[in-house]
Amino acid sequence: MNLILVFEQLLNGLQFGVMLFLMAAGLTLVFGIMNLVNLAHGSLYMVGAYLTVAAVQWTGSYPLGVLLGLAGTLVVGMLLEVVALRTLYERDHLDQVLATFGLILFFNELIAMVWGRTALFMSLPSYLQGHVEIFPGSIYPLYRVVVIGVGLVVGAVLWYVVAKTRLGMLIRAGASNRTMVAALGINIRLLYTVVFGFGAALAGLAGLMAGPIYAVQPGMGELILIQVFVVIVIGGIGSIRGALVGALVVGVVDTLGRAFLKPLLGHFISPPAAEAAGPALASMLIYLLMAVVLALRPEGLFPAKSG
Amino acid sequence: MRARTLVLAACVLLLLAVPPMATALGQLYYIDLIRRVMIFAIAAVSLNLILGYGGLVSFGHAAYLGVGGYSVGILAFYGVHNGWLQWSLAILASALVALVIGAISVRTRGIYFIMITLAFTQMLYYLGISVEEYGGDDGMRLKVKSQFSGLIDLNDPVASYYLALALLLGAIYLVNRLVNSRFGMVLRAAKSNEARSRAIGFSPYPYHLAAFVISGALCGLAGALLANHTAYITPAFMDWTRSGEIMFMVILGGMATAPGPALGAFALLVVEDLLAGLTQHWQVILGPLLVLCVLFFRRGLAGLLPGGGKHG
Amino acid sequence: MADAILEVRELRKSFGALAATDGISLEVREGETHAIIGPNGAGKTTLISQLAGNLRPDSGSIRFAGEDVTRLSAPQRAHKGFARSFQITSIYRDFSALDNVALAVQAHDGHSFRFWRAAREERALREPARAMLEEVGLGARAGVLAANLAHGEQRQLEVAMALATRPRLLLLDEPVAGMGLEESQRMVQFLSGLKGKRTIILVEHDMDAVFTLADRVSVLVYGRIIASGAPAEVRANPEVRRAYLGEES
Repeated sequence: MNLILVFEQLLNGLQFGVMLFLMAAGLTLVFGIMNLVNLAHGSLYMVGAYLTVAAVQWTGSYPLGVLLGLAGTLVVGMLLEVVALRTLYERDHLDQVLATFGLILFFNELIAMVWGRTALFMSLPSYLQGHVEIFPGSIYPLYRVVVIGVGLVVGAVLWYVVAKTRLGMLIRAGASNRTMVAALGINIRLLYTVVFGFGAALAGLAGLMAGPIYAVQPGMGELILIQVFVVIVIGGIGSIRGALVGALVVGVVDTLGRAFLKPLLGHFISPPAAEAAGPALASMLIYLLMAVVLALRPEGLFPAKSG
Repeated sequence: MRARTLVLAACVLLLLAVPPMATALGQLYYIDLIRRVMIFAIAAVSLNLILGYGGLVSFGHAAYLGVGGYSVGILAFYGVHNGWLQWSLAILASALVALVIGAISVRTRGIYFIMITLAFTQMLYYLGISVEEYGGDDGMRLKVKSQFSGLIDLNDPVASYYLALALLLGAIYLVNRLVNSRFGMVLRAAKSNEARSRAIGFSPYPYHLAAFVISGALCGLAGALLANHTAYITPAFMDWTRSGEIMFMVILGGMATAPGPALGAFALLVVEDLLAGLTQHWQVILGPLLVLCVLFFRRGLAGLLPGGGKHG
Repeated sequence: MADAILEVRELRKSFGALAATDGISLEVREGETHAIIGPNGAGKTTLISQLAGNLRPDSGSIRFAGEDVTRLSAPQRAHKGFARSFQITSIYRDFSALDNVALAVQAHDGHSFRFWRAAREERALREPARAMLEEVGLGARAGVLAANLAHGEQRQLEVAMALATRPRLLLLDEPVAGMGLEESQRMVQFLSGLKGKRTIILVEHDMDAVFTLADRVSVLVYGRIIASGAPAEVRANPEVRRAYLGEES
């Protein structure tokens, strides 16, 4: 197992982690501020991917397609909030879970009706294909580096907005005392719609970036959503910092586990046993990690709300 | 209350009459359909214990269908076809898995609990997919159904139908006794007002955990039944959307009521069957239907029965 | 002279920068009725919550009948003989009044891992519960759903539940809060019937109730006890007057 390979997988893990972070940030913001469990967050991820594929095909330009895809997801998100989700804010979490579950079925089928069930191919422009040299003699896909970069930049912007701007202050205030903020005359409904749209855009961004790497197909959102849950449980609900730490940990552990657990096991037990147990254990790794974190810190690593 | 008992008794009679009626009409398909509904009704009854009465929003109940199903399948794989053994293992293994998952998750609350139970089910799903020995993603066939020392032949569709019905009625009765016992009262009290329960001296954790284990074990039994019904066991038994469906059955039918889960199972699966007959894209209709149901029909079907469906 | 059954030493609890409990020490004798009064925000409910086990103090100790109970949870303290009523009525709204009290009885009648027999048919639970309801004056309302009881009746129910656990220490957080004149007088009369038989710590705003019931009074201001003693003494204490009334002639 040479170091270059490990470093490559580490970068892969970072790339996966960054995408998990974009999803987790949106989900945890919406939960922290509106107290809404939104299972359909994965659907917005999927919508982002599909709209971008369609837009790129339609305009023939990748940058334009990305912009349209993002804008489209933002609009879909805000429409969803106004039409279906507003009534759920007052309801308990069970109702929210069930209602957004119904939305998942709806979105998956809708996408399948329009684009079919087979995986779509999202093509990359030539300037994003190709590789960079990370070490002398070792190359790494350029696109993945771009994904990491975009994710970190978005994370920084997010931190800036939440910590340093007036909007961010409203968001933080709304999170700790909804009625008070409303009483101050701030248009809470608009704030919520904006926040939700923002979260949707983050999910859409993750989705469109995922397109070229993972499969674009109905149901793609739910696969990543459950991993996003693990991120949030580990990182602590309601906190962006927790989302970042959790996402990076989960991303790296999952990627490294899938890459190296089987060969690592092969050193201790017989190869055929490692062949069987390796992939099984690797796919369970992040859940086991979640169990361990929960046993030690039931609130997660950086919970934002004090109850 | 009288009217209510009559209505429910009529339902049971109807269920008893399905095989002879279906045979007479030459529509054997309905025996299979209703049997499937009843098996899921058992799963819903088990979930109602912790969700409806206990207030624990577990999004991972499908896991136990898988554990139960695979217990039967794996034993059969190794040539053990004794139903008593298989089904006992299904129940015990499910109880054990529920104990482990419960011990970790029941301590948490609210949204954490939802996410954690979902995550653990997904973990088991992935486990099921990656173990190639037992079919991996494709699953495995159950070539020989569970043998019960000649008492019942599960290959006979009518016999297995009545077995499912008997087990469903048994499950409803058991859970009903349970929720009215001292144990059940503590469980329901903890749901109603946890702070008050602690103040009078009840620590909810052991009761929640016990309920979780019982619920999982009962669902494991449903899993064993399901394996015999489909004669095929796949990781899809543990698909998380299945967990969502079972939750819907509980809500749709009326939480914390005795007939609720069964009513919900019937309603949901029959509606699904009807819609699927209309269009292959039936989920695009079902999805919004479910949303509307959550928004406007919270009391559930049991609320429509005479007597209002109020839990005792 | 009874010994101190409850000894609180240097209790401290802060929420961020706010010291809600700032070094409280208190001794309550067995059978005493001890009232805790103070302006809003003084930290009275925080103190009760720490005594009941709902809140962990940052430092300090609580000893009950010679035993250190600081680390015990609320259910554990309930089994040591603590009972609590809440400032905001906390009962089982979807159960009948009788069920409510029966549950309190059940909590102290051995373990509840009994899965078969219907609890509502157990006389060992129903009869003491009915008797308790009679005592507080709710006998006629036993079958009524708790949510449908009047506010005052609900507060009575809470006291009934607290008493049904046969407590040695009763922690009552504003028992007559929100009650009309007649109702609160009835409650005060009932509570005075308990004097001497149980140790009661009472948080109250209603001064009539306090001076009728209390053997001793402690005044809590900004998390500290500024005065403690017989009701008449405390009433006359200039610091107390200042805390309540500001500078007054």
